[in-house]
Amino acid sequence: MGEKLIVTPSPHIKSPRTVKGVMLGVVISLLPACVGAVVLFGMNALLILITSVVSAVVAEALWQRATKQEITVGDFSAVITGLLLAMTLPPGVPLYVPAVGSVFAIVIAKQIFGGLGSNFVNPALAGRAFVLAAWPMSVAGAWLNPLTHDAVSSPTPLAVLKGGGTNIPGLWDLLIGNRTGSLGETSIILLLLGGLFLLVTKIIDWRTPVGFLGTLFVGTWIFGKPGALFQGDGLSAILLGGAVLGAFFMATDYVTSPVTPKGRLIFGIGAGLVTLLIRLWGGYPEGVTYGILFMNLMTPIIDRFVVPKYYGYEHDARARKSAEGKR
Amino acid sequence: MVNLKRGSGGIAVPEKKELSSSAKIVDAGLPNELVLFLSQHTGAPASALVKAGDSVKRGQLVASTQGAVSAAVHAPTSGKVKAVEDRYHPVQGRLCQAIVLEPDGLNELDESVRPRASAVEDITKEDLVALAREIGLVGLGGAAFPTAVKLTPPPNKPIDTYLLNGIECEPYLTADDRIMVEEPHDVVFGFRALMKSAGVKRGIVCIEDNKPEAIEAMREAIKPFGELELAVVPTRYPRGGEKQLIQVVLGREVPPPPGLPLDVGVIVSNVGTAYAMAQAVQKGLPLVERIVTVTGEGVKTPCNFRSLIGTPVSYLIELAGGFSGPVGKVIMGGPMMGVSLKDLNAPIVKGTSGLVVLQRGQIKREKVLPCIKCGRCVEACPMGLLPVWIAACSDSGYLEDAEKYRAMDCIECGCCAYECPSKRPLVQSIKLAKNRITAKRRALAAKK
Repeated sequence: MGEKLIVTPSPHIKSPRTVKGVMLGVVISLLPACVGAVVLFGMNALLILITSVVSAVVAEALWQRATKQEITVGDFSAVITGLLLAMTLPPGVPLYVPAVGSVFAIVIAKQIFGGLGSNFVNPALAGRAFVLAAWPMSVAGAWLNPLTHDAVSSPTPLAVLKGGGTNIPGLWDLLIGNRTGSLGETSIILLLLGGLFLLVTKIIDWRTPVGFLGTLFVGTWIFGKPGALFQGDGLSAILLGGAVLGAFFMATDYVTSPVTPKGRLIFGIGAGLVTLLIRLWGGYPEGVTYGILFMNLMTPIIDRFVVPKYYGYEHDARARKSAEGKR
Repeated sequence: MVNLKRGSGGIAVPEKKELSSSAKIVDAGLPNELVLFLSQHTGAPASALVKAGDSVKRGQLVASTQGAVSAAVHAPTSGKVKAVEDRYHPVQGRLCQAIVLEPDGLNELDESVRPRASAVEDITKEDLVALAREIGLVGLGGAAFPTAVKLTPPPNKPIDTYLLNGIECEPYLTADDRIMVEEPHDVVFGFRALMKSAGVKRGIVCIEDNKPEAIEAMREAIKPFGELELAVVPTRYPRGGEKQLIQVVLGREVPPPPGLPLDVGVIVSNVGTAYAMAQAVQKGLPLVERIVTVTGEGVKTPCNFRSLIGTPVSYLIELAGGFSGPVGKVIMGGPMMGVSLKDLNAPIVKGTSGLVVLQRGQIKREKVLPCIKCGRCVEACPMGLLPVWIAACSDSGYLEDAEKYRAMDCIECGCCAYECPSKRPLVQSIKLAKNRITAKRRALAAKK
């Protein structure tokens, strides 16, 4: 037996799951909502999605080339960033907005800190926060009418609510996305379909979206109506704005959320709380972006203090106590 | 049936037991050479009593214990001692002293091998403990801890329950499964002998639910004995680890190292150990043979062998029909915690429950990518640890932080590394931290 043998440390078998597979799963989960966006808002939406993804991928490749690193765009993480950024933008936004936003997301928010695994805020949301500050008028105002694709000057339903109005679309329209809003946030059914896919394939933990949306629902129900408790419209709070998109696809980003199940629940609840605070008492109609970004910054602290229950320690404490008692 | 408690962590792995689970145990016969390491167990190595040229008989003591935690070694067959020399130890990965025996083919029994009792009632507790020590009995599940030490807990640690571990949670391996199916009465006999020797009144036979035949066989075999119960545990790796088993069967948690099962009133022994104990009581046979599964896609006919300790790995693989194609790895033990061998002349040792041969095509060389903090390792860890942080601290040299994250509690089961989508060698990083922390503690102790 003169065979050459492979010698490595244990374990000698590994799960078939890979980083690329996980990222591809997220891309697949986003596709229904992207298709929905194109159906609702037309070619504009498609162009924004393409511009954003291409810009993100090219930016990552160029940056890695310029800094003499291995080019890793094949892992699909830049594709996700591009898709997510595009989905948070209004369908009428000029194309330079997603282009610049993606470059910022990839280079400033992700690569400068060390690339995949080392960034501390969600790159897509950092990109959105940047373009929102850079071009407030177009990012917060370039709304299109679904299906007719006409530019509309009226505010989004969330802004209507914020202004104290009650004239918002009906439940079915909200579910299929027949309302003005960011291009990827309106098709609730398709987003939930993608979210379900991520849950079933165990790519994401249910705790984050449940904590997020649950907090938003309960909080709005309690405090949503000025001057009266327990009369707010919790359901609309979830269906309007980017809560579903954020809760399932952004708050669940591995790199920028806690590693423990308990930590992820806290992350979800925290992001829901900040969103609620901004929506009810802040200056903006929408707070999902800042809710998640804020919790991204809290993640290292959560990871430091929220640890799992170690095996064997409860008993240890009891045993020590009883041993001390005997002494 | 025992009501199970909640276990923590663990993973579902492809079981691959079907390759060898219906293969009856067959005798592996006599190889040309047997290599008996003096260190096949946890604790101090035994010291050789024979020298080159000596003739020995089957069952004859060839190396005696040194110190309290040690185990004797016996000749598995009759023959001549060729040498007492350093050989490559497959598990320890370095040269270790071994007695090399050339069988004469006669298989003559030593006069010390004589039946002790035909029923557990006919032998005293003290004689049983002495017998376990005499025959060099160690835990046959893999860790090879000297059994006699377990059987004599300090008087201030009362033991209320003895668990018989028939979980066999490592993929591929079927040695324990087969012995429960084929020799359930001997296993129960040995278990009752172990319980008597430790003075324990309650015994629970624990089997994973993927072994229905073994469950039925053992259920029948324990029927006459009121003190024995059966626990059927849902299949999940690594439930066969003693800490995990105690948690899921009894709801108790063993304190962190140096905590032992006896700190929570429990002793755990493998079914193979119980079987060996039965052989010792009934026939007086020392621990000179064991059941070894030779399996994996890489061998032609996966088998379960009754093999003499010291049999070369290459001999057993030939006996299983040889390699089925280009070979990738030959693993001593299971694929999760076993050691991949570099030399097939190495012998099996007391703790070898199986040899798993993987084909070259099954071994993927996957690139190690940066950690994406997915937290899969955290959910998988049966000890409730944070492998992600322990490994990160270890990799960047922050030993104190690794220690704070309880690196020393790691049982090296491999769940974290199995699950890691970035294919990071987490177990290796954590082991490195453990070694360095141990070295640091030793250095500190030496200073004092």
